[in-house]
Amino acid sequence: MRYLPKSPAEREKMLAEIGVASIDDLFAVIPAEYRLDRDLDVPRQHAESEIIDYFRAAGRKNATNYASFLGAGCYRHYRPVIIDSLVQRGEFLTSYTPYQAEITQGTLQAIFEFQTMIAELTGMDVANASMYDGSTGAAEAVRMAMRITGREKAVVAATVHPEYREVIETYSKHQELPNFVVGYDGETGRVDLAALSAAVTEETAAVLVQSPNFFGVIEDIPAIAEITHAKGALLIVSIAEAVSLGVVRPPVEADIVSMEAQSFGVALSYGGPFCGVIAAKDKYVRQMPGRLVGQTVDSSGYRGFVLTLSTREQHIRREKATSNICTNQALVALMATIFLSVYGKEGICELAEHNLAKASYAAQVLSSQSGAKLRFAGAPRFNEFVLQTDEAPAQWSQRLMDAKIIGGIDLSRWYPELQNCTLWCATEVITRANIDTAAKALAAKLVEA
Amino acid sequence: MTTQRVRPHQTQNEALLFEKSSPGKRAYKLAPLDVPAVDAASLLGEVHRKMAGELPELSEIEIVRHFTRLSTWNYAIDLGMYPLGSCTMKYNPRVNEWVARIEGLADAHPYRPDSLAQGILEIIGNLQRSLLEITGMDAITLQPAAGAHGEFTGILLVRAWHESQGNPRRKILIPDSAHGTNPATAAICGYTVENLKSNSEGGIDLDALTRQVDEETAALMLTNPSTIGVFESQIHRIAEILHARGGLLYMDGANMNALVGKTRPGDFGVDVMHLNLHKTFSTPHGGGGPGSGPVACKAFLEPFLPTPVLHQSEDGTKHWSYDRPNSVGRVRAFYGNVGMFIRALAYILANGPDGLRQTTEDAVLNANYIRKKLEDTYELPYKTGSMHEVVFSDKRQAAKGIKTGDIAKRLIDYGFHPYTVSFPMIVSGAMMIEPTESESLEELDLFIEAMRAIAREVEETPELVKTAPHSTRVSRLDEVQAARKPILRWRRAE
Repeated sequence: MRYLPKSPAEREKMLAEIGVASIDDLFAVIPAEYRLDRDLDVPRQHAESEIIDYFRAAGRKNATNYASFLGAGCYRHYRPVIIDSLVQRGEFLTSYTPYQAEITQGTLQAIFEFQTMIAELTGMDVANASMYDGSTGAAEAVRMAMRITGREKAVVAATVHPEYREVIETYSKHQELPNFVVGYDGETGRVDLAALSAAVTEETAAVLVQSPNFFGVIEDIPAIAEITHAKGALLIVSIAEAVSLGVVRPPVEADIVSMEAQSFGVALSYGGPFCGVIAAKDKYVRQMPGRLVGQTVDSSGYRGFVLTLSTREQHIRREKATSNICTNQALVALMATIFLSVYGKEGICELAEHNLAKASYAAQVLSSQSGAKLRFAGAPRFNEFVLQTDEAPAQWSQRLMDAKIIGGIDLSRWYPELQNCTLWCATEVITRANIDTAAKALAAKLVEA
Repeated sequence: MTTQRVRPHQTQNEALLFEKSSPGKRAYKLAPLDVPAVDAASLLGEVHRKMAGELPELSEIEIVRHFTRLSTWNYAIDLGMYPLGSCTMKYNPRVNEWVARIEGLADAHPYRPDSLAQGILEIIGNLQRSLLEITGMDAITLQPAAGAHGEFTGILLVRAWHESQGNPRRKILIPDSAHGTNPATAAICGYTVENLKSNSEGGIDLDALTRQVDEETAALMLTNPSTIGVFESQIHRIAEILHARGGLLYMDGANMNALVGKTRPGDFGVDVMHLNLHKTFSTPHGGGGPGSGPVACKAFLEPFLPTPVLHQSEDGTKHWSYDRPNSVGRVRAFYGNVGMFIRALAYILANGPDGLRQTTEDAVLNANYIRKKLEDTYELPYKTGSMHEVVFSDKRQAAKGIKTGDIAKRLIDYGFHPYTVSFPMIVSGAMMIEPTESESLEELDLFIEAMRAIAREVEETPELVKTAPHSTRVSRLDEVQAARKPILRWRRAE
């Protein structure tokens, strides 16, 4: 086997040194009736060329060469080439969690830079080294708020990503942490502030909203914060489309921000691996889950970095830890750090403005087709919008696919009241031609009729 | 604090990105906008961002050099042996990275219609089938993002099953040798953790287990082989004791690299377990993730698996099924760390049944070789036969004032990553060594030589060991200061 660095003679030599007759002697501790005395029924050993052929064929079975207007928590942005060249350096790729600080300063400094960038973008004081993704990060943020406030109820906006809400539900089920869902204003698509006021009480640990929300609408964070803080609850803002922070005011009134950083240079990869991250106000840092990198000095006074405040974590505190998280998404956080280095202070704004322009044009062109209209038109948006059509999405989506376009996603799957409503996303990689082709296919019903 | 003391070369002295930044430098160029530009301020009004975030401004070459220089401050499997016990730091095949980036896979959106995702669904199906065969289990979910996330999912399945029987039960038994994630997981799932004391051989004490298992015991979370690298030879008895009182056996699969192709947890009584694709199945650790923690279970737990699950239609096409009334719910958005599934399947394909078995045998051979070569030098607290890892203690060296942590730091000077320090907690001064199958005889002998040399230094020049490492870019770092007044980000000097 080509990954195994031993000759048969070396194996024999080692067995002799150990003092056993055969390798089976080392497995003798396994009761005979449970020893596997046959080959595993898995595919035979493949050559490297065959492995590549297999996955290439699988890639071709997936659709390629489609323009896609799908967003909904997973965004297609251009990925600068240096991201993959740098993260594939073996020193990053094949290194473990940086427990031995003297020989992992590269990973540690990069995480420190990541934490800084996330804090800068979100308007929070500190950020952690990463969470699995935006959904689990949001669930952990709710638990964090519960620990800080000593309260046990959470109010979650219906406009938070539906799959994030499902994950939060799974996490809180056994913590006796009831969640109340607050609806949205049918006109603006924003959180219904009157309903929110009614739902938040002295027992509320946290209010969780997403902005831009699942409909692509930017929430009124100052107003939501006022309602939340009036009752002594904490405001958690979830951000699924991180590029929005280039142009959208950061949620500085929040106490905790839970972000999905996939938009920062991370491949779609059918939904993962992505990169969640939790950021917060300074005073809450000791209740944060996950790893934190801090600056310190070595015995000669040189600056260096270490994992710190680990008394929060499972390997020290066991059942009293803030979370059970251990492995996180370090290499993906590195991708995000490189992406943000490439775009930098001005580039992230310019990139976000291009997204704004593409989505603005797409919303205008698509909604001006006969039988189509824009929902939640009154509220500010980033790069997603909701289109309502007279015709059912199942009908027109096939016409779009024939034109090599994947249109918006059907919202009735999660919001039964939003019949014939679809969520569209247009990032900088969508071209005017894609938008015009989609509009033509959408309108084609009239032609056929 | 010294930040700019002269060192041999800039590569050893690379500043933070923010300190290198200067306004107006750029590493990007956007394609010309082919739609009308918009005025963001007027379009967004109140929600428009007025102050840009303090991101660095640099050119492309500076960014490439920055991260390349940082990378040289890391140790890695690609540089040498990385014998971190319990972490299974094996070779990460490069073809895995290559195939994970193939067009059609890397750029697939999770909400594309199933009809346009048949290639990736086939990969998921094939990986599921292989993992079920390897574990001897009946059903599987790939949704959990890492090992601890898999534990969480597995214990939720346990809880859901007990609830369906009328009582979720109250406690989870966890051996004192377990990983910290086990008790942390049990607590998150609403269970009380009850400690199970190891016997004199470091294994499960059957009498204690019999006494402690009662009608309120939901499950035992067992790592097998245990964290001292010992296979529980009474595993079938353990399962029987639990099952007799209605409890379940959860297996932490962190040490599955000792078992693949030689024995199957499903055959020896395990009800539910997780795997770490980033350990056993060679997906890279990446400096702390991403991982992937699939959970495999017996058929009676299948109805509770997270939503969605993969189904195959009669015509052979695959689709996600959301019709799961008894599911524990979702543990993650979308379907899991799919990029890791691709890499793990590539590893299985490269190995085949013979390669997987040989891999396990070599991992166990390597650990036993190290044990044999070092047992005269370092204290072996448990004499039971080792599987894929061996745990020594610093007992002999501690008598001279040198602790496991010091020996670990000195190993760095010899060009090796340290072993796992002070774990498991049942061994005072533990030195937990897991070589994996990826080490050649030559590398093993160098490691053994280094360990023996350090033992001599402990006798002759203990200060040298106590103040190690001496060869690294930074010396021992002040962790107390880091925690006392945490500096967790860069800020522009006032």
